[in-house]
Amino acid sequence: MPPLLELKNLRVSFPGPRGPVEVVRGVSFDLGRERLGIVGESGSGKSLTGRSILRLLRPPAKVSVDHLRFDGQDLMAMSDRQMRAVRGARISMVMQDPRYSLNPVMTVGAQIAEALRVHERIPRRAVRARVLDMLEKVRIHDPEHVMRLYPHEVSGGMGQRVMIAMMLIPKPDILIADEPTSALDVSVQAQVLDLIEEMIAENGMGLILISHDLDLVARYCDRVLVMNRGEVVEELQAGALHSAQHPYTRGLLESVPRMNETRRFLPVMDRVAGMGT
Amino acid sequence: MNEWAALLMRLLFSRAPVCPVLVKYFYCKQIDLYIKRTFVRNAYILASKQRESAVLSGNLSEPAHSMTERGMDLAAGVLRFAAVTALTFLGLLAITFFIGRVVPIDPVVAVVGDRATQEVYEATRQALGLDRPLLVQFGIYVRDVLTGDLGVSLTTGRPVVEDLARFFPATVEMATAGILIGVLLGVPMGVIAAARAGSWLDQVIRVLGLLGYSVPAFWMGLVGLAVFYAGLGWVAGPGRIDIFYDGLVPTVTGLLTVDALLAGDWTIFGNAVSHLILPAAILGFFSLAYIARMTRSFMLDQLAQEFVTTARVKGVSEWAVIWKHAFYPIRVQLVTVIGLSYAVLLEGSVMVEIVFSWPGIGNYLTTALLRADMAAVLGATILIGTVFIVINRLSDLLYRVFDPRSR
Ligand SMILES: Nc1ncnc2c1ncn2[C@@H]1O[C@H](COP(=O)(O)OP(=O)(O)O)[C@@H](O)[C@H]1O
Ligand SMILES: [Mg+2]
Repeated sequence: MPPLLELKNLRVSFPGPRGPVEVVRGVSFDLGRERLGIVGESGSGKSLTGRSILRLLRPPAKVSVDHLRFDGQDLMAMSDRQMRAVRGARISMVMQDPRYSLNPVMTVGAQIAEALRVHERIPRRAVRARVLDMLEKVRIHDPEHVMRLYPHEVSGGMGQRVMIAMMLIPKPDILIADEPTSALDVSVQAQVLDLIEEMIAENGMGLILISHDLDLVARYCDRVLVMNRGEVVEELQAGALHSAQHPYTRGLLESVPRMNETRRFLPVMDRVAGMGT
Repeated sequence: MNEWAALLMRLLFSRAPVCPVLVKYFYCKQIDLYIKRTFVRNAYILASKQRESAVLSGNLSEPAHSMTERGMDLAAGVLRFAAVTALTFLGLLAITFFIGRVVPIDPVVAVVGDRATQEVYEATRQALGLDRPLLVQFGIYVRDVLTGDLGVSLTTGRPVVEDLARFFPATVEMATAGILIGVLLGVPMGVIAAARAGSWLDQVIRVLGLLGYSVPAFWMGLVGLAVFYAGLGWVAGPGRIDIFYDGLVPTVTGLLTVDALLAGDWTIFGNAVSHLILPAAILGFFSLAYIARMTRSFMLDQLAQEFVTTARVKGVSEWAVIWKHAFYPIRVQLVTVIGLSYAVLLEGSVMVEIVFSWPGIGNYLTTALLRADMAAVLGATILIGTVFIVINRLSDLLYRVFDPRSR
């Protein structure tokens, strides 16, 4: 049986002053109903990789891929209409910052309901019931009240739960979470990640967790891809992270401060270490 | 002091075509500035609210305001709104009052003529209240304006209020038809241009917009008349209606098309529309250029927002992404743009009114200026200023009603 998602040799480039600049340079991976982490510094091409899977990149970005298969279907060969049936319903994505990724002039309830109604023809009453149910699942108390709120009226942590509810309500098979907690207060980060973990387990979904935080990815994923300058430099089991071989990964690991140590200087990433490989 | 002000007024008012062009220019600048200010202010309010909610980022939302608190907020808001409106209006009156004192035309001489005796002159001066302190004069002036007394026009010999009631509806009719054309074509054009930014369609729309900025109105009017009236005979010529039909329908609103409809006379309605369509299309073309350009830039702004990507992630169709997610939030900004374009049209496009012999406020104002008919000039200025204030305040109000973030 083929894996749920197959990505082979993804390349993304943007036009630059001296010809096209390739920012994702041949990323390949398979994903089953498992939790895959993608780590790397900011600018290493993680978000572009995630968005390419949903075919969200628009000109001037140029995307090329050897194959991109989901559930036996070729995503690249799909019409716009077929692709829309995949987006949200089969593969979904939690965005980074709820302050910008929620529509400011639509109520929370309307936005979640829309995600459902795009894919399923169900009566209004049933939609409402499902939205309320979903809000409860992401542990929002008093969902009746929250449904009527606008995004600026909810806190960051709650906004991200709303985002998760919206992205999971059509019951997709794969969730891409692109830095889902980077914009949140430290105090609520773990709650949101635990929630994602729980929902994934409950529905038996695949997860792509994108982050710049190695520890976080190691904690919430089974397998980790390390990206540098648009390439996957190393693939590891989450448990084996600290036995990483690649100099770039070692650099990432070493530049994380620990609670129980005293260091005069924090090592600075040596960006050349990853080159030439 | 008085000298150079007088000189300035003479400069502004002596050459008729110079004046409207200058006024237009300043209005356009003012509108651009106003819109920018509004957006900066709203962005600021938004940002500060977000900071607040970031600080409060607990798990529960902030408790809803109690009903009484909301009521108080609302009452205070209404009060502030009314106060600002009243103050702006008072400012307008202060300006027209000041202009009335500064221009080198003696209001007494204007009434009694320059061969009157000293006694008659003094008596009139006192009757006009010109011997009293300036502040008292201003008070009287405000009272007169508020009771609808704008003085008597030298040119027509009728009260200015009556003149305005006769001339303004013609302008309203043309401006309304013009803004309808501008909105119905301009908004979709702007949206399409933004949705297909960089395509040939975008380029075509941009060139059309540039034409709207650079082609003089009188030239378009003359060419339009030459082609569609004299050449093809598709539309009627200058004037509001054929002389044959003039005065046949009772005046109710002063808008000939509406009055004809009210009277149920389709022939006259058709004739009025045929007269109206060409000048309205020309005005519409000018506001279309502006409206399409603003719509395009608002839409580009929205389409680059992250929540638009969110909508696409959900599987929303491109049509709904554009109209429901991107367009819906900008409708309030658009109301401001459209309102101010409408206000500019209501001021009376002098060039178009002259080319089409349209008996509108622009025509009236120009004639009054050329004859130094100050009562008429100031009356028309007050009317135009009031229209501006009202539209301005209305769009501000809409902003508060429509945008959940500014509530
Ligand atoms: N619209 C764009 N135009 C040009 N370059 C872009 C654009 N979007 C992203 N990039 C470049 O692609 C690289 C990878 O971006 P991204 O995938 O967002 O990185 P990250 O790993 O931080 O998510 C960045 O270095 C950025 O400069
Ligand atoms: Mg990113």
